[in-house]
This record gives sequence, structure tokens and C-alpha cells, in this order.
Amino acid sequence: MSVILVFLLVIVGFAGWWLSHQRLMAKPWLEQGVIGDIIGPEGSALPTAKIGLGVFLAVVGCLFALFTSAYFMRMALSDWQALPLPRVLWFNTGVLVLSSIALQCAVVAARRGQIDTVRLGLVTAGLTALAFLIGQLVAWRELTADGYLLTANPANSFFYLITGMHGLHILGGLVGLSRTTAGAWNGARPERLRLSVELCAMYWHFLLFVWLAIFALLAGWAATFIEICRQLLT
Amino acid sequence: MVDITPADAVPPAEVAEMELYHPHSWWTKYVFSQDAKVIAIQYSATATAIGLVALVLSWLMRLQLGFPGTFDFITPEAYYQFITMHGMIMVIYLLTALFLGGFGNYLIPLMVGARDMVFPYVNMLSYWIYLLAVLVLVSSFFAPGGPTGAGWTLYPPQAIMTGTPGGQDWGIMLMLISLILFIIGFTMGGLNYVVTVLQARTRGMTLMRLPLTVWGIFTATVMALLAFPALFVACVMMLFDRALGTSFFMPAIVEMGEQLQHGGGSPILFQHLFWFFGHPEVYIVALPAFGIVSDLISTHARKNIFGYRMMVWAIVGIGALSFVVWAHHMYVSGMHPYFGFFFATTTLIIAVPTAIKVYNWVLTLWRGDIHLTIPMLFALAFIVTFVNGGLTGLFLGNVVVDVPLSDTMFVVAHFHMVMGVAPILVIFGAIYHWYPKVTGRMLNEAMGRFHFWVTFLGAYLIFFPMHYIGLMGVPRRYNELTDMTVMTESAHHLNSFISIMAFMVGFAQMVFLFNLIWSIRHGREAGGNPWRATTLEWQTPQTPPAHGNFGKELPIVYRWAYDYSVPGAKEDFIPQNMPGSFGSSREPA
Repeated sequence: MSVILVFLLVIVGFAGWWLSHQRLMAKPWLEQGVIGDIIGPEGSALPTAKIGLGVFLAVVGCLFALFTSAYFMRMALSDWQALPLPRVLWFNTGVLVLSSIALQCAVVAARRGQIDTVRLGLVTAGLTALAFLIGQLVAWRELTADGYLLTANPANSFFYLITGMHGLHILGGLVGLSRTTAGAWNGARPERLRLSVELCAMYWHFLLFVWLAIFALLAGWAATFIEICRQLLT
Repeated sequence: MVDITPADAVPPAEVAEMELYHPHSWWTKYVFSQDAKVIAIQYSATATAIGLVALVLSWLMRLQLGFPGTFDFITPEAYYQFITMHGMIMVIYLLTALFLGGFGNYLIPLMVGARDMVFPYVNMLSYWIYLLAVLVLVSSFFAPGGPTGAGWTLYPPQAIMTGTPGGQDWGIMLMLISLILFIIGFTMGGLNYVVTVLQARTRGMTLMRLPLTVWGIFTATVMALLAFPALFVACVMMLFDRALGTSFFMPAIVEMGEQLQHGGGSPILFQHLFWFFGHPEVYIVALPAFGIVSDLISTHARKNIFGYRMMVWAIVGIGALSFVVWAHHMYVSGMHPYFGFFFATTTLIIAVPTAIKVYNWVLTLWRGDIHLTIPMLFALAFIVTFVNGGLTGLFLGNVVVDVPLSDTMFVVAHFHMVMGVAPILVIFGAIYHWYPKVTGRMLNEAMGRFHFWVTFLGAYLIFFPMHYIGLMGVPRRYNELTDMTVMTESAHHLNSFISIMAFMVGFAQMVFLFNLIWSIRHGREAGGNPWRATTLEWQTPQTPPAHGNFGKELPIVYRWAYDYSVPGAKEDFIPQNMPGSFGSSREPA
């Protein structure tokens, strides 16, 4: 359970930092009137939708951290046999990076108001993300063809489970992305379009990060890394 | 230190008004509504309905335990199904849904001065997915083989094997699917509760001016958002084990003389995941109760809450600590003694912030102008019950005490007191308190007092004796307690007595439900602020609050939520949105 605890520690650190800016030492019973240094509503200046997405990504991060924790605990048992990773995963990783880059370009273009580049970025991101999903299915087929079936070994089960869960999240993201893309063509208001492109990019970068972590985990580097850390500590 | 403008009226803030969704038809107004108040009522009604099922199940269990061998239709399988569904419904589908989905939806926007939740559409989806989860759960009663009988903890391997009711039928599958749906739905709602508190507070409503109710619900929601994924992971993996034949949790096992295809899995892994959710869950239920009860006590004792800051810190502290105590539910799993020692220590540390809260409640009452209204009665009953349940928690938090007691009725008595009876007393108090705001009418007083006394005394008559028979060694989870040396004649009599009390308490709940319905039409007109309370939900222009909550302009907050009996003020309460300076509301020296 150490992975999830480290993850939660990060969340606690962030929450603590935020709380420390909220005047928790104030004595509200002595203060009457409107507190002067805050003008307008009491929330943050960030758009509400971004904060909402941020909270949601924390939950998603928690989910994958828990899968990782379970992975390590199950890995420690004797029947674990690591499976060879299909080469196509490298290609998929590259495609997903491209997807993220395309969305980042769309964000930059949206800030500058270049609607054509926005459209190009959105479509590229969508197509590359689809290519990633297809690539993942190819990887699954290769593995099953080689006899690495879901139930044969817990390593296989985790491979299918975690990549599948990640793929589902990409799929959900594609729904949002397609709505944004439709908006880019149907003349959504520029500031609204900018926000939704930014939200998509945020989600995409996060899922790219999750994928890189998962890739490291499934390839066994994460275990090696943790082993090195452990030796350094002891 | 802080720059505070003088306490006179300031011009209305240039608050960017949120785009309110306006319903166009009866369907979108009352059924597929995006108004948090309607969603709150939908959540509460659904939770109450499924809670009634859980109540009936508890009667059936008590029939069997109190009068073993009398009722043929309660087979051992049926008994386990009753236990499982009773526990799961109460903890998740009733308490979590009612506190966060019900009270959270109703109170958060009103108390922070917002027009609605920040993502109303997602909020509506949250309810409908919750309803779907409940329907899937209910459908398992009618599925072949009936609902699962694995115990509410659903421990593998037994949960998905032949001997357990529903293990190889539909029961466990439906249970897991229902839980997964619940978590998805809850995440949608939870995002709303958290982000609304963060972003939609009205002008002047700093975090330290939030009523403690909002603090409790807010912190509990943050915890739930981080804890429910653990249950999600556990459910998905168990679903794989059961449906697809993987071996995440399933060890090599022989069933009915046949070697199963599973092998090498770890049931302990499931326990870790389950309790990583399961312990925070206790506080997910308790923190909203803490918050609500603080407000009830302050309002009905006409006195500011003692140690507001400490209360806030304690809520946050309990929330953080509750993530590092989960393994105290697993002392008997054969864990390493040092591991147990660590978790015993963290468990006992949680007693510190909890005790701070109890002291502060008591000190709020001290020399207060206590009105023994029904909400106050329930709040007082809560304090006593929570202390009682908490004290036995100190026993069970220690490994050496827990190991012999773990499988006895003592544990049943402990957790029912601390996370069953105590939060439900708060729920009742809160309903009596806010019902006038929701409907515009008071609940009937006589029925309310009857309900309170029977529930409070009855709950004690049920669970106090249970501690004793637990200490005598009477085991839990057994469907028939006849031929055992620990079951002396007096233990039998106590058991029957407990059962009879359980029926009486259950009957009192019927009176309560009748009161809820009857008072919608026949209750006394309440007016806008019957309790003369300070918080914003009582200052709305209409009662019940209209769509958008606060008329044309959002209220501006000038003070904290606890200005009761301020010396020099005209009335014994000053609403949060009233400008002007009224002497000092300092705690009496």
C-alpha cells in the first residue's frame, strides 16, 4: 500500500499548502464586516471547470495509484511470471505523446485566436488518440496470440486490467474532445472554446503521464526503481 | 493582521452570476431536475426507501437470533443474506448517500450562499446513477439464488464460492456492479460538493466563516473521493476473479473435492483494499454528523460554538488520520505484530481530535440557554452515544483486546453504537431541524418526542446488553445460538429481550415516517426562521427556498455563523448576512 500512501501524501501536501493560505488561524468571532483583501466571490480566480477537472484527476490518480499498489503486493507472491511487453507499446507511447503535443498546440492557438490551427490540433489529437487505442488492441491481440491469456498468470491479468482501465479513460476523454471539436466547427464563443480546449489538454497530459507510469510499471522498471530506492534507504 | 472593512453595509458585490438552468416542463422541474434541492430530496427519499429494507432485514435477523428455531423460512443462507444486505445498505446506500447526497445537496449551496451546485447537470446524473445502483442492488433479491450472503465485507475467497449464498449465482455479481455504479455516481456528486464549497461561496464567506456543517460535509466528501476508488479497485478485481477466472484474490483452492482453476491469489490483498476504503468510510459518515451536531447544539443552546477553530482543525485532522488506521480491522488476519502495533498507535491517536470535539460540544452547552427542542434532544443523545461507542473503540483499537473480542457480539455492539446509532440520531435531529425549511411546516411535536424517547432508550436497550453477551463470548455471524456453552440461559433471555426492543425501535421509525408525510399538510406553519438561527439557509426570501435560492441578489456575509446571545444586540441571534457591529461576540471570559 506504499504507492497509494505516497500519492495521498502528495495530496495532503497540496491540501495543506492550500489550507495554509486560507487564514485558518483567523478568529472569526472577532471579525465583523466584509474581509477587505478579497474582492468579489470568495473562490479562486481559476475557472471553476478547471478546478473541477483538477479534483477529478486527483480521483483518477488515486485509482491508478491503488491499482499500482495492488500490482506490487500481488507481484510479491510466488506465482508471478512477468510477461514480455509487445513492441507496439513503444509505438503507442509515441502516438500518445504526439496526441498531447497536438492538443498543446491547439491550446496555444486558441489563446492566439487562430481557429484553423485549433481545429487542426483537435483533429490530430483525436486521430492520434484513436490510433493509440487501436495500437493497444493490437498489443492485446499479440499477447493472446502468443498464449499470454488473461487468466494464465496474475501478471497477464494486471496487464489487461490496467491497460483496459487506462483505455476506458482515454475513450471518455475522446467524448469530451469530440464535443470540443464540434464546438470549434460550429462557432463556439472564443473564450468558451479556449476553456474547453485547455480542459482537454489538461486531461490528455494527465493521461499521458499516467500511461508513462503504467508503462514503466508493466515493463518492470518501476519495480527496479523502487528496489534501488529501498537499498538507498537501508 | 487582517484588513477588515467596517461592519456597515457594503454595496452588493459584482458577483458573476452563474447561468442558472431554468426548467421548462414538469419533468425537468421535478424529475430530471438540476436543482440541488430537488436532487437532495430525491437522494433522501431513495435512501430512506432502501433504508426501510435494511430495517426489515434487521428485524428478520433479530427474529432468528432472539427466537432460534421458531421461524422456518429463515434458513442459514437467508440469515447470511440478511446480514450482508443490512450492512451494505446501511453503510453505503443509506448513511453515505443521505449525509452527502441528501444533506450535502440541500445544505451546501444554501449555507455558502450559492444559487446552486457548480455543475448541476453532473449533479443530476449523480442521482440517477445512484438510483440505478440501488435498483441493481434490489434486483439481487429477485435474482436466482438471491442476494449475496458474503457479509458486508465481501471477503474472498468465500464471497465467490459455492457455499456462500449468491457466490456462484448472480448475487455477488449484482452486488459488485451496484457498488461500482454507486462509486461512479458518488464521484459525480462529490465533485460538485467540493468545488461548490471551493468556488461558489458568496462574498464575505471565508472558509473560517463556514458553518461546521459545511466543513464536515466538505471534508467527508474529499475523503470519500479518495477512499472510494479503493473499493472500486477491489470490486473490479473481484468481478474479474468471479466472472473471468483470474486469480487476483483467489488462492489455489479445492471446492467440493474439485480443484478450482484459481491459484496463488491473496485474500489479504482484498482486505487491504477494502479497509483502505472501509475505515475512512466510518469518518465519511461521522464527519458530517459532527458538523451538523455542532450547528444543532449551538443554535438550540443559543450560544456560540466553543472553540470553532479547534473544531475545524479537528475535522481536518481526523480526515487525514483516518487514512492511516485501516489495518486495525485486520488484527486477526495474521499480520506482523509490529504492523499491528503501528496501527494500534494511529488508532488511539484519532481519539485526541475526537475527544476535543466532544469537549467542545459539552463546553458549548455549559451555561447555554438550552432549549430542549427535538433537534436538541437528538443532539444530546448523539454526544452520549458517540462517547459510549468511542470508548469501546479504545478497547478494540488495542491488538491484545481486539483478538479475543473480534468475533463476538461486542464488536457488533461497538460499531452499531459509534457508526450506526450515533450518526442516525444526528440524521433525525437534522431532519427535525431542517424540515421546516424544506417544507415550510414543523414536524409534529408529540410524535417527535415519542419517536425520540423510544429510539434513544430503545437503542440503548438493544446495544448495551449486546456488549455483555459479547464479553461472555457469544459469537457474531452465527445464525443460531442454541447449543453453545457460552449461551447460558441468561444470555438467551438477553437475546430475546434485545430482539423485542429492536421491534419496538423499528415501530417508532414508522411513527416518524408517518410524521414526515402527515406534517407536509398538517404541520404547524413554520415561517422562514423558526429556530431563530444565524446561517444563510434561514435567511432566504421564500420558504421553501425557490429555484436560485436567494431572490435577486446573493447575500453578503458579515460575520461567522455563531453569533448567538451577543451582548448588546437586540435579538439573541445575528444572521450572517446582517451588517453592523454589535459589541463583541467574544466567548464569555
